[in-house]
Amino acid sequence: MAEERRQKQCSVVLPTESMKAMAESVGVGQLQEESCAALSEEVSYRIKEIAQDALKFMHHGKRRKLTTSDIDNALKLKNVEPLYGFQSQEFIPFRFASGGGRELHFYEEKEVDLSDIINTPLPRVPLDVSLKAHWLSIEGVQPSIPENPPPATKEQQKTESTEPLKVVKPGQEEEGAIQGKNQGATAPDGKGKEKGLIKLKPRSTHELSVEQQLYYKEITEACVGSCEAKRAEALQSIATDPGLYQMLPRFSTFISEGVRVNVVQNNLALLIYLMRMVKALMDNPTLYLEKYLHELIPAVVTCIVSKQLCLRPDVDNHWALRDFAARLMAQSCKTFSTTTNNIQSRITKTFTKSWLDDKTQWTTRYGCIAGLAELGADVIKTLILPRLTVEGARIKAVMEGPVVSNIDKIGAEHVQSLLLKHCASVIAKIRPQPDNVEQYRTDYGYLGPMLCSHVMKARTQAALQAQQVNRTTLTITQPRPTLSVSQSGLSGSTGPRTPSIIKVPSSLTLMSPRPGTPSQPSPPATKYIVMATSAGAASTQQVITLSSSQSASPVTSTVPSATSTSLQPLVKLESGSGPGMTASRPLQKYIVVSLPSSASSSLETKSSVLPSSISSTSLDTGMKLERSESPGASTQSPH
Amino acid sequence: MAAVQGGQVDAVEEKDIKTEPSGDGFGNNNANEGRMVSTSPGASAPAGSNKTAAGAPEDQQTLLAVLQFLKKNNLTESVEILRREAGLPENSLDPNGADSTGAGAGGTTGCVDLEGGDASSLLSRVTVSSSAGAQAPTKAVAEDQPDVNVVLSAYSQQGDPALYEVYYSSLKKFIESVLDCHRAELSQVFYPLFVHMYLELVYNNHESEAKSFFEKFSGDQECYYEDDLRVLSSLTKKEHMRGNETLLDFRTSKFVLRISRDSYQLLKRHLQERQNNQIWNIIQEHLYIDIFDGMPRSKSQIDAMSGSLAGEAKREANKAKVYYGLLKEPEIELPLDDEDEEAENEEGKPKKKKPKKDSMGSKSKKQDPNAPSQSRIPLPELKDSDKLDKIMYMKESTKKIRLGPDTLPSICFYSFLNAYQGLTAVDFTDDSSLIAGGFADSTVRVWSVTPKKLRKVKSAADLNLIDKESDDVLERIMDEKTASESKILYGHSGPVYGISFSPDRNYLLSSSEDGTVRLWSLQTYTCLVGYKGHNYPVWDTQFSPHGYYFVSGGHDRVARLWATDHYQPLRIFSGHLADVTCTRFHPNSNYVATGSSDRTIRLWDVLNGNCVRIFTGHKGPIHALAFSPNGKFLASGATDGRVLLWDIGHGLMVGELKGHTDTIYSLRFSRDGEILASGSMDNTARLWDATKAFDDLETDDFTAATGHVHLQDNSQELLLGTYMTKSTPVIHLHFTRRNLLLAAGSYNA
Repeated sequence: MAEERRQKQCSVVLPTESMKAMAESVGVGQLQEESCAALSEEVSYRIKEIAQDALKFMHHGKRRKLTTSDIDNALKLKNVEPLYGFQSQEFIPFRFASGGGRELHFYEEKEVDLSDIINTPLPRVPLDVSLKAHWLSIEGVQPSIPENPPPATKEQQKTESTEPLKVVKPGQEEEGAIQGKNQGATAPDGKGKEKGLIKLKPRSTHELSVEQQLYYKEITEACVGSCEAKRAEALQSIATDPGLYQMLPRFSTFISEGVRVNVVQNNLALLIYLMRMVKALMDNPTLYLEKYLHELIPAVVTCIVSKQLCLRPDVDNHWALRDFAARLMAQSCKTFSTTTNNIQSRITKTFTKSWLDDKTQWTTRYGCIAGLAELGADVIKTLILPRLTVEGARIKAVMEGPVVSNIDKIGAEHVQSLLLKHCASVIAKIRPQPDNVEQYRTDYGYLGPMLCSHVMKARTQAALQAQQVNRTTLTITQPRPTLSVSQSGLSGSTGPRTPSIIKVPSSLTLMSPRPGTPSQPSPPATKYIVMATSAGAASTQQVITLSSSQSASPVTSTVPSATSTSLQPLVKLESGSGPGMTASRPLQKYIVVSLPSSASSSLETKSSVLPSSISSTSLDTGMKLERSESPGASTQSPH
Repeated sequence: MAAVQGGQVDAVEEKDIKTEPSGDGFGNNNANEGRMVSTSPGASAPAGSNKTAAGAPEDQQTLLAVLQFLKKNNLTESVEILRREAGLPENSLDPNGADSTGAGAGGTTGCVDLEGGDASSLLSRVTVSSSAGAQAPTKAVAEDQPDVNVVLSAYSQQGDPALYEVYYSSLKKFIESVLDCHRAELSQVFYPLFVHMYLELVYNNHESEAKSFFEKFSGDQECYYEDDLRVLSSLTKKEHMRGNETLLDFRTSKFVLRISRDSYQLLKRHLQERQNNQIWNIIQEHLYIDIFDGMPRSKSQIDAMSGSLAGEAKREANKAKVYYGLLKEPEIELPLDDEDEEAENEEGKPKKKKPKKDSMGSKSKKQDPNAPSQSRIPLPELKDSDKLDKIMYMKESTKKIRLGPDTLPSICFYSFLNAYQGLTAVDFTDDSSLIAGGFADSTVRVWSVTPKKLRKVKSAADLNLIDKESDDVLERIMDEKTASESKILYGHSGPVYGISFSPDRNYLLSSSEDGTVRLWSLQTYTCLVGYKGHNYPVWDTQFSPHGYYFVSGGHDRVARLWATDHYQPLRIFSGHLADVTCTRFHPNSNYVATGSSDRTIRLWDVLNGNCVRIFTGHKGPIHALAFSPNGKFLASGATDGRVLLWDIGHGLMVGELKGHTDTIYSLRFSRDGEILASGSMDNTARLWDATKAFDDLETDDFTAATGHVHLQDNSQELLLGTYMTKSTPVIHLHFTRRNLLLAAGSYNA
């Protein structure tokens, strides 16, 4: 292989066409073929020479990236004038153009209007260089602080969760511990080479350091608190910090519990905050979220389809939350759906089923459609378009029929605009022109005429965009789901309700591990609030205090003591019959609550439990429950 | 002109060797050149050849070269004088003159070995075309703009280009068929042969043959030559050879091979049987075969030592005596909380040595037999402040943690934030109170890492107002208004690649791409001197541990020794075949180690400028060097991610530490030398058990004599810890006086 590469090195020469093009650019036409060949060889050689010198500068600059200044310095070495004004720290965007059988790459220098420069506000002054000290190692052990890399990479997290036996083999713990002590956080590579001494990660105790506890407390409080600036910071931290994996179980529990509580209380703001946390977690590239989908997906689905998400459905913009959650759902389907867990198909099934149900309320209906529509054009084509007529009739009944309630009407309006928005672009693609209103009416019923105009608009827009694409370089702007709409909508209308927003977090923070624990090794007892909500608003709370020390068992009668000594995944089996449409069949739901201070083994067991616990039926039923009719029944299901 | 070891040498050469005090291969032309300069005062040009690296056998040629040069420039008078002085015959300048006379002195007869008879007959056939005289000037003027045509003319002999491949592959077949024990040794021949044959082809405009030759055989070469092969591969035209450094390196320096006598005989017999003149010619002309008696070396032994641009070091290059011991510590009474007593002692006669608790210090009572004499290099007098500092140092050392495999040091990491990849060099003061950073934007910044802020001295006008008699005058001269955490030093006009604090913390040195080394005052935070000399980027600089002297090395392939009060260098250490990438002073200030892109490390004697050690074995440019605190060992790190350990006294490689996956930019021994810390571009700092690495050595006489190293592969046992940073290359390491490890690097988001 090396040989092949070398041969390539040997023969790489600039094409003679480039020589011609360059000659033309300086006014020399009709360059002979031989001179081109000679020139290109010479130029290639010189360029290689300069590149080699530039590498020297890169090495001494202690960088891995060759910069334009390195080239400049290399040119200077050779007494050649450097390329002035060609400074770029990052990638240099060369443009490609072809025409007349020629292919060219060139650097586009845009013409800039001076007045533009003068009128634009000055950019922020770059931050000055500063020094920051931290402990990389304390007497040979690397402390796990944010400044140090996470002790476990995503890959490790994955193997830990999928193949727990591989991680720690019985009888080798001791060896692993010694190795771990000596090697600290050895990079994963190179370990495999040690024969006999397979480096084992010692059983990681899932206790959080004091710093982590503080961090968790700060982050969760900021995420659900009232200060938007703080929240943005916290979300940013969740989305980027690489050392969060140990806190991931807590975050996911926080979110799922938070959703449960707040759906019941119809606290729209908090639900939005929690969904933004989900989004941030999903954005974090170092986290292996697959382990916690069983908690996150129901929470997200709840936010999409729940019948009521806010106190005043006629005023509050809970639609935005549904949209946002639907986008989240689509994103997680895209990232996490595999042939084994079948998330996408299961989600689709869930949405479709409830959409087809006549009794479904407009809010849930909206959520189902949004959820489906976000899954992509194919889903829209196969599932939504065929039902446009039926849906149109239903909307018509509400819009033009006798006024039942204002809420229904608003719901129907939103469903209508949602359908129009999503279907128009798809129809524009699959339906041949011309767009005939009558034709549309026959095809899609009540919604037909409106669809027709939307489709036409979509077509003109597409044409416009295509033109733009032709004219400029291709810039792909991907719409990123963000949710800020609701904030503004809320702040005006929910003045009096802010106390409740603040109140809830304070109770939620109880879930965080006790902060400020001194560095003694015993894990802190963790408190959980499990809210069991019976019909209506009446709720009972059970505070389960758990500590992961060997002897302690959860202080609650409803919780069966967990399988082995130290691992206590709280598996609660609850059977009951849901009211309403799901009443026909008894529901079984496993709720796995991972305990913050339990040992790592708990994770392993839990992960082995996982497949069964979120097997398709239980997941479906769980989702169904959460979007089912009576608000009480929907959310109290877990407990 | 292969000067074969143990071969007979003619009279002129013998005389030369006698005049060489050190007998090392390089940079020992002093005697001859002293003569030359004195005899030709009018011709200043040849003086430039002082700096050339020419081995002892080449002195004769150097002379010839100078003569030719003079003749060419019609300096007939000088020619006459020089010739008379050197005792050369009249006709020695005739390039095609009889081989047996002057020109041949350095050439043909030099390579007559034990089988002199048929070897020389063979030689006489092949060496006629290549004129010894014509080649010689290359060596002489390589430092200045070399006359490339002359250099290259060595390649002008015409062989059938089509046959090159045949020659090479027949040799390949032969070497593959010899006994296993010889194969590894003889395989060393491949690379230099390959390069020279390729260059010959290119020179003679056989472009396509050259290409196919390259393609056919470049894959066979050892992977560590890949960088050079890349350079070579781009070289396809005769015109390209002009000014190509790599080529000149190859041409001007003989590739050194170390081969056992048996293997060499085997090779020679084969080549003679086959009448393979082309190859034999190259071996004679461009290779220096160092023949030793005894067992052929194994593949791993060869691999350990090879990799350098010019082959292995000659054995005799590492034979000179090196005084690696430490100097006696100046006797300073440890103050018994009594400042007055101490002051008395310092004034008068230093006596009554007090045993220090320092582990090194205990030895220093007696003169180390390996230590240089105290006055070998004139060292600056200790000032009062230095003595105070020494006392502080001793006090601190008593609180030092004894490190070992079980007690690893804590590492405090200083991250440079917002440096945008612009951090190029870092240094700490010895007492760890200041940290300095050199940046790609030409600035040097100094931070105080203690609560003590950095203050400037007041302006001259303000200083006048100060009561000079007051006790706290040193405090009073400082300008409180200028106190800040950090100071920026502006002055360079290019990236700052090297930085070094003076031991007394009063000065800071910085070296830059702009070709200067600057001396900054840390009292006034201004530039004091700009040392110009390197006309090309200066890659590294370092103060001597005793202050006053400093060394710098750069792209111009030389290292220079300076004194702070001289604007011209005191010594120029020349011999490296490529950029000098890093420079380090020996703890006793008598030696300087330099690492280079030619993948060798050289140790230079400060006293006479001689190169006393050449260490080969690295497979990439060397970017980090560190002496052990006892002065016995040297550690080096290179782009290949390996740390090599060297025994300075014996001139041997004694260890190899594998583990890093990228360039090693910093190496540092703990204060007592138990732990070696290495920092690398792969974002890790690693700790190695240096005690174990050095204790396990048994350097018997045989190994010392032959230079055959047996390295155990025990990197994993020696590795004590690996500490990853998030995204920060570790570019500097420093042990505080209490053995806390400080590391520094810039965070790359």
